[in-house]
Amino acid sequence: MASKQDTNGGKSGSGSMGTDFLDAYSLIPQSMSSSRSSCLLTMSSISKSFGPTQALSSVSLAVQSGEVLALIGENGAGKSTLLKVLSGAHRPDSGTMSIENQPYRPRGPQDARAAGVAMIYQELNLAPDLSVEDNLLLGHRNIGAGFLVRSRQREQVQEALNMVGLSTLSPTANVGQQSVATQQLLEISRALISKANIILFDEPTSSLPQKDVRRLFEIIQRLKTQGFGLVYISHFLEEVRAVADGYNVLRDGHNVGEGRIDHVTDDQIVSMMVGRDVANLFPTVPHTPGEPWVDIDRLKGDSLPHEVSISLRRGEIFGVSGLVGAGRTELLRTIFGLDPTEHGVIQIDGKSVSQSVRAKMRAGFGMLSEDRKQEGLAQDLSLIENTTLGNMGKYTTLGMINLRARNNAAQELMTKVEVKAFSGSQQVSELSGGNQQKVAIARILHQEAEILLMDEPTKGIDVGTKAEIYRMMGSLAAEGKTIVFVSSYLPELLAVCDRIGVMSRGEMRAIRDVEDWTEDEIMATAMALETSPTP
Amino acid sequence: MVKKLLWQLGPLVALFIIMLFFSIADNVWGEGFFLSARNLRVISNSAALIAVPAFGMTLIIISGGIDLSAGTALTLCGTTLALSLKNGDPVESGLLLMVLVGCLCGLANGLVISATKVVPFIVTLGTMSIFLGIGQIASGESTVYAPKENIPDWLSLCYTGRNVDEYLIPKIPTSVLLAGAMGLGVAVMMRYTVFGRNVFAIGSSESTARLCGIHVPFTMVAVYTIAGFFIATGGLLYFADVKNGNPSDGTGKELEIIAAVVLGGGSLSGGRGSIFGTMVGALIITSIRSGCSQLSIPNTYTHIIIGCIIIVAVIVDQLRHGSPEWFFRLFRK
Repeated sequence: MASKQDTNGGKSGSGSMGTDFLDAYSLIPQSMSSSRSSCLLTMSSISKSFGPTQALSSVSLAVQSGEVLALIGENGAGKSTLLKVLSGAHRPDSGTMSIENQPYRPRGPQDARAAGVAMIYQELNLAPDLSVEDNLLLGHRNIGAGFLVRSRQREQVQEALNMVGLSTLSPTANVGQQSVATQQLLEISRALISKANIILFDEPTSSLPQKDVRRLFEIIQRLKTQGFGLVYISHFLEEVRAVADGYNVLRDGHNVGEGRIDHVTDDQIVSMMVGRDVANLFPTVPHTPGEPWVDIDRLKGDSLPHEVSISLRRGEIFGVSGLVGAGRTELLRTIFGLDPTEHGVIQIDGKSVSQSVRAKMRAGFGMLSEDRKQEGLAQDLSLIENTTLGNMGKYTTLGMINLRARNNAAQELMTKVEVKAFSGSQQVSELSGGNQQKVAIARILHQEAEILLMDEPTKGIDVGTKAEIYRMMGSLAAEGKTIVFVSSYLPELLAVCDRIGVMSRGEMRAIRDVEDWTEDEIMATAMALETSPTP
Repeated sequence: MVKKLLWQLGPLVALFIIMLFFSIADNVWGEGFFLSARNLRVISNSAALIAVPAFGMTLIIISGGIDLSAGTALTLCGTTLALSLKNGDPVESGLLLMVLVGCLCGLANGLVISATKVVPFIVTLGTMSIFLGIGQIASGESTVYAPKENIPDWLSLCYTGRNVDEYLIPKIPTSVLLAGAMGLGVAVMMRYTVFGRNVFAIGSSESTARLCGIHVPFTMVAVYTIAGFFIATGGLLYFADVKNGNPSDGTGKELEIIAAVVLGGGSLSGGRGSIFGTMVGALIITSIRSGCSQLSIPNTYTHIIIGCIIIVAVIVDQLRHGSPEWFFRLFRK
């Protein structure tokens, strides 16, 4: 797989951070520097059930110091429950845990923190209005009689910032203005400042651009050599290979395999995860692109995108790649009318479409948002409601909705996209990420959209569901629909798309047939202008 | 499904318990009038006075907003009617003017909120004061008394009447009929029309609504304007009750109206609320008030009791819908 090349880069790269990092040895836990590779954390026979659902059955896990353990499993396999048990949010029904051979029974996050366990969550947990140092010191005990002694603590803050390679960041800077990548590094430094020696990363790269992923990996490598015990959760196998030493696979709340990562192949891991052989991680449905029919001409948004022109064909999957901030999401939002258009035209079959979302929807556009939780779905509403929102007119006579007709249509669609749920009147928030995404897809199908704008449709979704979504995209294209597929995950773009356009700094740098791209070329194109100063 | 239905009936259960408590307490310590037909009429009458404007507030709260100007807008409407009757205008034109004023108040709120994106709390805090001022200018800073001969019988019977057989349907107060009919109308609108479902969608997640092509600004303006209509009707009941119009009567009424919605299961973060619940919420407030007065509990204590009930209701509601950490921590050793 070509994908291994760029992720391996994380290991070899070493920047100026190295020296900063060595200076910062005083934050390294004392016990660890003396006894390396002892068992730092063990969880044995942990079971936990919620009502009739057995979330974890007799799960065991061990982390040595100086080791990165990859915790792998599909969504719903029990990874998050295990983490919650570890952080004290859930108490296990049975089983024991110990840290450095001391029994560990956390009652809440405070206990976990005191025992040296820190979590870096997918969603960042920083107070955006506070400064860097205030965030790092939040909940920190080292304060004199309730007062912050900034001068004494600034030293510590600086040290923690150095350790994650943020030595140039001012401790008084506002956190809300920092990039997602910087905020994540700040979370890590917060863990360091609270003297954590076990750090858990929950899908840390899902919102990071490639170059920040490399930086993160470098830091993880360094923490590892300093004797920290690290647990790394990810859906991306290449990433796991790049950072982890050991792996532990969960399926349906059971341990199904563990060992050294260099002793297994990707296919072996995947078949452990899904419990069956996945012949192909990226199933494709044969489809042939037809005639061009959607013409986007020099479309320019408020700041992004910058004069993008694309001509889309019927029955085509058009991939859009680029780094975070290149303007991919903005391109989709501008096309759909959610962001204002400064100039440029969109024509369908030669007829230009006006700007509003409603006009775009009438013309056949449908959009899947990147932000599933906030924007993609109304979390409090039911599956049926979410599926039919935006196109209830077709069940309406004299202003009244025929609820039965609407519910039946929604149920039918949910069967089509294979949503796993008890009933259509269930709240969307109760579903797993993959199932939520299927509901969101069901909605654009319900809108009878012909041009589907999909922004990161597989983000945070397990391998099995990803494959289902690829297959769905393929068969939609085979039905003659046009799909614009934005993704940060190059292997899926290369596997699923017919053509790929690469964006950089708001512009579409190049559009080629998928055969004419390699992962390296895409990255090179995406970064082409990255070195020039930001306007 | 059964469980879900029971949750929906939560406020009703609360009302039942409160009624049961007061009827027993009244039999033991009071004079046993609490459950009399006359007292029940008083309770439902004053509940209608809260419920009608609260239907509008329910719409607003479901859409994720709030209207602090409801109280002063309501008395502004009542004052308008009083002024018009005092001038000797035909009652129809007075009613029309009153409805117009109510809808304009709502329209103003809706337009400012949609156009400026300032949070509804602040906008309506401002208009609350503005409507009070307008009312005071119109009334010349005093209570407007409409001469008795200018008030048609049916209008005064909208609220109370000495002879219960004179009601549109004997023994059932017209205000209650009005509230019931209007409530049914909005409930149907919220459940069976695209507009109603869109209001829920906006309250649940505005960005999702936008993504689905719902015209958010238009819907918001419509929500506040429709609410204005209900507030105007509340103004009618207010006038029928006191037979005069005093603009400053309205201050504080908005909180009572909001409380009815919240007691009925409305969530101030939007996306949740029901018309039926709001009706029950209004009944809860007025039956506590009536029960306390039957038991000769001073008014000051009644305020405290109602306040406590509101807070308890919201906590219970949280328990039903989510899980506040602190509650479950109690059971963890």
